[in-house]
Amino acid sequence: MAITPPSEKIWWNRPLDKVEGLWILLALAWCLILFLWMPYWHIYGKQNLSNEAYRTSPDAYEAKARAWADKHKVGEENGIPVVAPQDGGDVYMLGRLWEWWPILQLKKGVTYRLHLSSLDWQHGFSLQPTNINLQVLPGYETVMKITPDQSGSFGVVCNEFCGVGHHTMLGKIYVK
Amino acid sequence: MANMFRQCPDSGLYFHRDAEALMKAHAVLAVVFLLLGGVGGLLIALTRAPTVHLLSAENFYMVLTFHGTAVLLFWIIFFEIAVLYFASSTLLRVRPATPSIGWLGFLLMLGGAIMTTVAIFAGNSSVMFTSYVPMQASPYFYLGLILFAVGALLGCFIFLGTLVIAKEEKTYEGSIPLVTFGAVTAAIIAIFTIATGAIILIPTFMWSMGWISHIDPAMYRVLWWGMGHSSQQINVSAHVAVWYAIAAIVFGAKPMSEKVSRGAFLLYILFLQLASAHHLLADPGISSNWKVFNTSYAMYLAVLASMIHGLTVPGSIEVAQRKKGFNNGLFEWLTKAPWGNPVFSGMFLSLIIFGFIGGITGVVMGTEQINLIIHNTIFVPAHFHATVAVGTTLAFMAITYFLIPVLFRRKLVMPGLAKWQPYIFSAGMMMLIMFLLGAGTLGVPRRHWDVNFADAVLKYEFAGTAITLLGLAAVGAVLAAVGGALYCVIAVFSLVFGEKLDPHAGLLQSFGVPLSQAAYTVDRPSTLGLSAVETHGHGEVSAPGTFALALVFLLSFVVYFFINAKYLASVWPMG
Ligand code: HEM
Ligand SMILES: [Cu+2]
Ligand SMILES: [Cu+2]
Repeated sequence: MAITPPSEKIWWNRPLDKVEGLWILLALAWCLILFLWMPYWHIYGKQNLSNEAYRTSPDAYEAKARAWADKHKVGEENGIPVVAPQDGGDVYMLGRLWEWWPILQLKKGVTYRLHLSSLDWQHGFSLQPTNINLQVLPGYETVMKITPDQSGSFGVVCNEFCGVGHHTMLGKIYVK
Repeated sequence: MANMFRQCPDSGLYFHRDAEALMKAHAVLAVVFLLLGGVGGLLIALTRAPTVHLLSAENFYMVLTFHGTAVLLFWIIFFEIAVLYFASSTLLRVRPATPSIGWLGFLLMLGGAIMTTVAIFAGNSSVMFTSYVPMQASPYFYLGLILFAVGALLGCFIFLGTLVIAKEEKTYEGSIPLVTFGAVTAAIIAIFTIATGAIILIPTFMWSMGWISHIDPAMYRVLWWGMGHSSQQINVSAHVAVWYAIAAIVFGAKPMSEKVSRGAFLLYILFLQLASAHHLLADPGISSNWKVFNTSYAMYLAVLASMIHGLTVPGSIEVAQRKKGFNNGLFEWLTKAPWGNPVFSGMFLSLIIFGFIGGITGVVMGTEQINLIIHNTIFVPAHFHATVAVGTTLAFMAITYFLIPVLFRRKLVMPGLAKWQPYIFSAGMMMLIMFLLGAGTLGVPRRHWDVNFADAVLKYEFAGTAITLLGLAAVGAVLAAVGGALYCVIAVFSLVFGEKLDPHAGLLQSFGVPLSQAAYTVDRPSTLGLSAVETHGHGEVSAPGTFALALVFLLSFVVYFFINAKYLASVWPMG
């Protein structure tokens, strides 16, 4: 029994049960497929995580994002600038207690370089309803290529708990 | 020297006076924290249902911090230390090493748990149990966790010391039992986990005191999950050991082969550490190569280990049942199993839900790219309620029904209700889990007070289905809470009011006061012999029913994986 010592002192020489051996092979094969799927998707899949990231500081990132937003601002909504970048250009978004700033206006089918960072605590960039979820840390600037392929109005929810106003942290991206 | 052992007349197990007192004290406190934390869980679920929206935002985040800490850390780890005493002292018929240090460890755990709890309810430590920097809790929050961990570490060392004594005093023949081997796995991982925890929690405590100015958030996450992930591997090792123990207790089942089962436990230790990578898949500053390598080399071999146990535990039950004559068809061994015995039904439901729901969802979201459609959605809590809130918790509930008469020497009260308890708890949990998995797939965030964003400057509306699913999940939560409360009430009432099976088992004795000396009649138990020789034939297919179930499992796994891959392919191209 499992609560008493094995029946033989040399238990490790006993052959496996057939069922066990077969199952180990099947399970191992599946684990290998799971592993290979990831490099496969890096090559053939269109949705991958970016490897581009830089050290930054909240002040430096804020200055950069603000300068960029001033230059490309096209409007304002509830006091928040709406920014429409040039095609294929850099796009900045910053997270801070408790907003995603600024509002972005993108074009469908165009690829942008989206920069993300936080000015204070950790935040979660959760683009809805397309459902892309990324961790955003202060001091780290992530850059990823992103290609909106649907038009409409998208919400940027914060899905990393960031204090008592966490549920009020909501941003917007418009795709035309 | 005075006699120190008693033999339980029902089970034949030997209990050492000091070890049994320690086991009881740890197990009772575990249940207390499950009760408190479970109430928290219910309040949270009722808040997340938009139509009920019970707690205020401040209280919601505070109670959520408490819920995670109380159930994931305090309930489970108190119970695990009790399991360690059982798997060493009781199963090997040996005196525990340094029981006085065992009590010191107990007091540290208790003191730490109280300190952290008080810090949380003081209101300035609502940081969730992950306490991601630079969000800061009160220093007592971290200090409490550190003290708790030190106490648990002492428990692990005493466990290993007890094994050494057993070996030296030759209290058993051959190798240690498989269940004890599983407990060794859990203890080794625990020591590793606590060491990693110290590396990150001690500096964080110093930072909260103002002695250190800055902690890098990315580094914090890497180290924190070195602890956070490994600690889940302790839970898995411990509850798999409990599954094997219950298969042996209820059916007299033998492991199909010792080699395979022990090898699988070993995989948990070998491929442990950097599987924490799967918590960091959506993090910046970590390369894809690192993520892919570390999730796959480590996690998939740990997954392999769980898939092996998932076969060998029910397989060993099938073999035992077939030997008793339940040989018809593929599944008579299962249909004729004692489904009215909560020790068995709890264990089997734990195994099925852990594997089919917890295991499959965990691996799918642990795939590097698929993680990006799941990270930090409420899918994640749904996944780990299948692993810890059902897998680990229900396994521990099941073994409690065995321990009440055997260890506490009390008759179970309300046996009719106890029969139903695992089903009620599982049904509620399954509703909670499935509805939250659905809501998470629709993008609903975890740890979030208001998915209608009433107080936000801008507006966003989740799909109506997502909101409905949160409401339905709350219905499941109520049922799960009833099932959980039933367990706590049955356990505590049995200890207080249950008929005494031993005249010495008084009220205080139920809570860790040693029995009077007269209860102990044995000076040194006879040496624990080898198991009876196994006769079931090798080389034949001895567990075809289990194998069929395993194939169903594998098929579900494959299908669910590719459904998610397809879903991933539908989101905005990025890279
Ligand atoms: C009555 C039973 C329970 C109910 C109704 C329940 C419900 C919930 C809900 C609704 C959440 C919140 C999800 C969110 O907003 O992010 C949650 C979180 C959690 N639960 Fe439970 N739960 C129960 C029992 C358990 C048990 C037994 C465990 C573990 C042993 C557990 C572990 C956790 C953990 C670790 C969290 C995460 C907390 C965090 O995000 O910081 N729960 N639970
Ligand atoms: Cu947030
Ligand atoms: Cu993990």
